Amino acid sequence: MNCRSEVLEVSLESRQVDEAMLALLHTILLHRSTGKFHYKKEGTYSIGTVGSQDTDCDYIDFSFVRVSSEELDRAMRKSVGEFKDALCNSGSDGVGQISLEFYQKKKSRWPFSDECIPWEVWSIKVNVVSLANEQERQICREKVGEKLGEKVINIVEVINRHEYLPKMPTQSEVDNVFDTSLKDVQPYLYKITYQITDSLGTSVSTTMRRLIKDTLAL
Amino acid sequence: MDSDLSPQDKKDLDKFIKFFALKTVQVIVQARLGEKICTRSSSSPTGSDWFNLAIKDIPEVTHEAKKALAGQLPGIGRSMCVEISLKTSEGDSMELETWCLEMNEKCDKDIKVSYTVYNRLSLLLKSLLAITRVTPAYKLSRKQGHDYVILYRIYFGEVQLTGLGEGFQSVRVGIVGTPVGTITLSCAYRTNLAFMSTRQFERTAPIMGIIIDHFVDRPFANMGHMHPCNYRTATEDEGVTYPGVEDSQEVCTTSFSTSPPSQCVCTVSKAHFQTPKSVVMDTLKVPIMGLAFSHQMVIPGKEGGVPQAPVQPSHGTPADHGRMPTCTPSSMARRIPATPSSSGEEAETLSQSSEAKSSSPPDILETTFTRKVGAFVNKPANQVTTACLDLPFAAFAPKNFDMEENDLMVNPPDSPVVESPLQGSLHSDGSTGSSGPLQDDFVMVDFKPAFSKDDLLPIDLGTFYREFQNPPQLNSLSIDVSAQSMAEDLDTLPVKLALYEQKIDEFDAFVETLQ
Repeated sequence: MNCRSEVLEVSLESRQVDEAMLALLHTILLHRSTGKFHYKKEGTYSIGTVGSQDTDCDYIDFSFVRVSSEELDRAMRKSVGEFKDALCNSGSDGVGQISLEFYQKKKSRWPFSDECIPWEVWSIKVNVVSLANEQERQICREKVGEKLGEKVINIVEVINRHEYLPKMPTQSEVDNVFDTSLKDVQPYLYKITYQITDSLGTSVSTTMRRLIKDTLAL
Repeated sequence: MDSDLSPQDKKDLDKFIKFFALKTVQVIVQARLGEKICTRSSSSPTGSDWFNLAIKDIPEVTHEAKKALAGQLPGIGRSMCVEISLKTSEGDSMELETWCLEMNEKCDKDIKVSYTVYNRLSLLLKSLLAITRVTPAYKLSRKQGHDYVILYRIYFGEVQLTGLGEGFQSVRVGIVGTPVGTITLSCAYRTNLAFMSTRQFERTAPIMGIIIDHFVDRPFANMGHMHPCNYRTATEDEGVTYPGVEDSQEVCTTSFSTSPPSQCVCTVSKAHFQTPKSVVMDTLKVPIMGLAFSHQMVIPGKEGGVPQAPVQPSHGTPADHGRMPTCTPSSMARRIPATPSSSGEEAETLSQSSEAKSSSPPDILETTFTRKVGAFVNKPANQVTTACLDLPFAAFAPKNFDMEENDLMVNPPDSPVVESPLQGSLHSDGSTGSSGPLQDDFVMVDFKPAFSKDDLLPIDLGTFYREFQNPPQLNSLSIDVSAQSMAEDLDTLPVKLALYEQKIDEFDAFVETLQ
C-alpha cells in the first residue's frame, strides 16, 4: 500500500501564517476525525458526535470550519506556532513546509518498537512575502482568502475520492489507528512535522532530527 | 438493480438518503444565516445525531425540505436543489448559487450500505460544511442585514441554473456510490456580480423606515416561496410550535460491529415520539431594521396539503396597547388589505408574532379580527363613549366606539397611495397634535406632547421643549474665544513638539507592539 501524498502551496505574509495553516489543517482534520468509539459487547461499537465550529480569520478574508474540540485546536495551534517561529527566526527567505501525516501503528516483536506506517500525508508549502504598504496588504488579505478557498476545494476533492482508509479496528487495536487521547473526538493517528528551507535551497535537518527522536522515543 | 439489495438494506439506504437530504438543506441554509455556527462534540452517542455530526435542525427548514420532497427521495432524474438568492431593500433580487443533490445511474453493487455508505455520507456532509464557507455567497450572507437579505428556496425536480448569469462556476462537493446509484452533491455559483457593484449596497448607509411587503412585490410568484435565511427561533415563552409533519420521529442509533469486518452491521432503530397535533405555527421573526417580510402561516389543510396564507404584521400604533388581532386565515382571498400605507407607520421594528390557533383544525378557518379595548378602559366595549374613556390618547379615539363595522382597524379603508413610504411614516408620526390637511397656508399647531400636563410645576413639557430647542451657543465656540485659544495653541506648539521628539522612542516601541 502506497502512502497518499498531497502538496498544497501558499504565498502569504508572516502574520497570516498561523491562520492559514490552522485553516487548512483543521479542514483536513475535520474530515479525518470521528466521534469517540464506545465498544460494547459482541464486538459492536457506537460512535459519538462530532460538532463543528466556524472560525473567522483576522488577517485573512476567510472563514473555515473546524472540529469543536478545544484540545485538538490547542494541539494544532501549538504545532503551527512552532512552525511559524521557525519560519520567521530561521533567517531564511521564509520558505518552509509543514506536513500533517496520518499513520497506523503496526506492532512489532520485542525488541523492535512499533512501526509507524503513514497512509496519507498532506504537505503545505509556505512562501512568506513582505509587503510594502497597507494597500498591498489589503489586496493580500483578499487574495490569500481566495487561495485558501481553492485549497479547501482541493482538499475536499482528494478526500472524496474515497481512497484507502484504515479498517475500523477492534477495541484492542483502536490505539493503533486512532488518537484516543482526546476527550471529545477521535482523529486518526497523526503527526505534524515541518522543515524550513534556507536561502541556499537545502533543507535544514530539523525534520530528520525530529523523526529520529520520535522513533527512539517509541 | 434493486433485487440485489436486501429489503433491510434497501430500507436503510432510503432512510440514509432521506436524512442526508434533510441535513444537507440544514447545513446550506444555516451557512447562509449570517452568523457563526457552533455545535458541540459529544463523546457519548445521543442517538439523534444523524451521520454522527452535530447539525441542528431548524424546524421551518426541515418542514420546507419535506414539503419540497413531498414524500419522494432524490433519485435519478429527480434532484433536490437549494437555491440561495439575495434581495435588496429596494426590491432587486439576484440568484447567487444553487446547491444540487443528484443521483446518477452508476451503481456500486458491492458497497456495504449500513457501513460504508453511511460513513461516506457523513464525510460528504463534512465536506459540505467546509465548502459552504468558501463560495462567494458566504461572505455576502455574513454581511446581510440593512441593505439586503439572503433568501433560500428548495425545489425538487430538474436543476435550474439559468438565473445564475453567464460564466457561473461549479464546484463538486463530493460523490458517494450506492447500490442504487451515485449520489452527487455540487454547487453552481454566480461569478458575475455586476448588479451589486453598481448599486454599491455594501457601502450605503442603512435604509431606515422603508418596509417592503413581500407579497406586494413578489419576484418569484410562480416559483414557490422564498424564505429569509436569517431565521431566529421563537422563544418558548411564545408557545409557538412547528407542526410535526410526520407522526413518528425517526432516530438513528447506529451501532457498528468490528469482528469480522465482513459482518459489519448498522442497526437503525425507529423511536416513536408523541407529537402534538399539528395546530399552531409560524412566527418567522425578521429583526432587521428597515426591512420586513410578511410572515407566512402554514396550516395543514383538510386535504393534507399545506395552503399558505400571508398574515399582516400587527399594527403597533401607540394607541393600541391592548390589541392583539387573532386571525386564522383561511385562504388567500381573505387576505387583510391596506398594507403599504399602514405598514409605513411602523418605521422601526416589525416582529410582532401573530398567533393563530385553531381548536379543531380543519373546520374553523375563518378570519376573525376583534378589537380589544385599551388597557385603561373600565367599561364594556359596547357602552364606551369617547367622553368616558380614560385612554391616554382619548383625543385620538374614534367617536363612535360601539360599532365594530365602523371600526377603522377592523375594516380598514382602501389604502391611500403614499409617494414614498419614508415620507408616509414621517407624516403619520403622532408627535404633533393634529396635522390637519396639507394646505398652502401654514397652520399654527399647538404642540401637545403626550403626558405633558403637570400641575405641580408651572412649566410644562411643551414650554420646556420650546425653550431649550434653541440653546445659547457655548462660549468655547464663540469667535473671540476661539481666536484667542488658537493663538495660545500656536504658542505652545513648539514646546509640545519638543516634548514629543524627546519621547519618540517610546512612540516607536508602542507602534511596534501594535504590529
